[in-house]
Amino acid sequence: MALMNNSLILQEALSVQNWTYILVGITFAIYIGIAIWSRASSTKEFYVAGGGVSPLANGMATAADWMSAASFISMAGIISFAGYDGAVYLMGWTGGYVLLALLLAPYLRKFGKFTVPDFIGDRYYSKTARIVAVFCALIVSFTYVAGQMRGVGIVFSRFLEVEINTGVIIGMLIVLFYAVLGGMKGITYTQVAQYCVLIFAFMVPAIFISIQMTGNPIPQLGFGSELADGSGTYLLDKLDGLNTELGFAEYTDGSKSLIDVLAITLALMVGTAGLPHVIVRFFTVKRVKDARKSAGIALLLIVILYSTAPAVAVFARTNMIETVSNKAYTDVPEWFKKWESTGLITFADKNNDGIIQYVADASKNELVIDNDIMVLANPEIARLPNWVIALVAAGGLAAALSTAAGLLLVISASVSHDLIKKIIKPSISEKGELIAARLSAVGAVCVAGYFGIHPPGFVAAVVALAFGLAAASFFPAIVLGIFYKRMNKEGAIAGMIVGIVAMLLYMIKYKMGWFDDVVPDKSEWWYGISPEGFGTVAMLLNFMVSITIMKFTKAPPKEVQEIVENIRIPSGAGDASKH
Amino acid sequence: MTDKAKRKAYWKENIRYVLILLAIWFLVSYGAGIMFKDALDEIKIGGFKLGFWFAQQGSMYVFVILIFVYVRLMNKLDKKYGFDE
Repeated sequence: MALMNNSLILQEALSVQNWTYILVGITFAIYIGIAIWSRASSTKEFYVAGGGVSPLANGMATAADWMSAASFISMAGIISFAGYDGAVYLMGWTGGYVLLALLLAPYLRKFGKFTVPDFIGDRYYSKTARIVAVFCALIVSFTYVAGQMRGVGIVFSRFLEVEINTGVIIGMLIVLFYAVLGGMKGITYTQVAQYCVLIFAFMVPAIFISIQMTGNPIPQLGFGSELADGSGTYLLDKLDGLNTELGFAEYTDGSKSLIDVLAITLALMVGTAGLPHVIVRFFTVKRVKDARKSAGIALLLIVILYSTAPAVAVFARTNMIETVSNKAYTDVPEWFKKWESTGLITFADKNNDGIIQYVADASKNELVIDNDIMVLANPEIARLPNWVIALVAAGGLAAALSTAAGLLLVISASVSHDLIKKIIKPSISEKGELIAARLSAVGAVCVAGYFGIHPPGFVAAVVALAFGLAAASFFPAIVLGIFYKRMNKEGAIAGMIVGIVAMLLYMIKYKMGWFDDVVPDKSEWWYGISPEGFGTVAMLLNFMVSITIMKFTKAPPKEVQEIVENIRIPSGAGDASKH
Repeated sequence: MTDKAKRKAYWKENIRYVLILLAIWFLVSYGAGIMFKDALDEIKIGGFKLGFWFAQQGSMYVFVILIFVYVRLMNKLDKKYGFDE
């Protein structure tokens, strides 16, 4: 009997793994095929895909670019543990697109250059401003990309049972291949394919589980419906009850302070709108009206996943509590043991009764569950077919690779275009610049891979910083550059530097604790604002410093004021290559 | 209208649209989803408390609608002033 059981388990495990090999293999073959088909032959193709991408394709590419391993794998899990408070991520990471569409994208497209530092450098007629912008773009992008590479490694190791490091290297080779060969053009069309893969992989399990639990095939409606067990109880009421019973706050109620929720949401929104790898996607469309439209399409496609995630969070948490809470450890389902072996679930029987106690009180709680489990193991918990379980691996890889590629392009363009072409060696030929762009992409992949294999301890802390940095530096400089004609270089440079430095200092003090040897307690935060929310304060500081300094220094030259007049009018956008 | 006056009028109308849409953007997320969440939670639609729904669903849907409304308004405005392509 035991033998039969073992061989059954083996067979099942084997077939999930076979499915994973098949699905990951097919999707990788598609990405490589697209890369070969869409090789870049000019800098314009390398930086902005030739500038003729359709709004739909750009919307899909932007959505894949934006949704990283964190959105795909971690977000639903974070929400399922945070309950209402998870809304800061949902609103923060989508609301930024409204700012992008209304305040940035159309004007930057009209400006029509290749990179964000291009705009800062030209608008503020200053090499210093350009260098400050390059510095910000590099920090933001590198911190982000390290996390993606790690994500690729983790998905490989969990589903294909290879070493994390081998996974990172396989991921590096794939990205290297299509980013170096195709530049923005290759990345754009692989991202279109990756969007399809990741959204399918996210939605299929969600729909299955929604039907199972509530009978409603639309997860967004399902989690507000009554349970399918005929009890007539609403799912959310039931989860609120389960949470209270175990000593947690009600699921639909938060525990963060009001001011912190406001600050974090705004910092994430403004940070999203200021991220260079997102902004640069709007340089690739043909006309100003296409930039607006593709921002709308991108957000629509993002919201499909983002509005499903809170439903998945509720399904997964209810399922998880019902399956394991107060159950004998010897009776737990097979997935529990499997994920236990990866260290993502840990059970310590503190009172030695052989029963799993999952409660809010840390001294009595016996079960620790990693955020990522909620998406990765959800299909197994709900006993979905093997191919659905395998699909999650392909989706996670698509999400991580598409974001990594977009970031690598920003890094390589910052080096080859903003540093080499615009500052160090303006006489470089088109061909030379293209070679430099490819070489810097190779360099960037290697650095990213290094960080993926040897993640510095502070990576997790620094990823949150990326949003704060973008909010504190780029967003005010760009918005003022468009909407305030009198804004000059002195104001913008001072504002960016003050914003970044304030953000860095607050993070180092309150997130990493480098000043005091320990991370200071929450009660010491300024006005209860967490480091994640401090981007909002740093952004406001940037605005205030910029405007004050501007008042005491002279107005920008006439040509620059004409640039501003010109970007406000959509007609005559012309080619992105015009220099 | 001179070209300069046209540009000025176009920009003024654009700014007005942006301000109105951003006011709605602010109200649904920071208003309904955060500041007035507790009050709205008294109202229940299906299994959703309304404040919770705005925070985790409704505000995102409104964001999408806002961008498409802006796209339409601006396409019309571009035509009105002859700035479209």
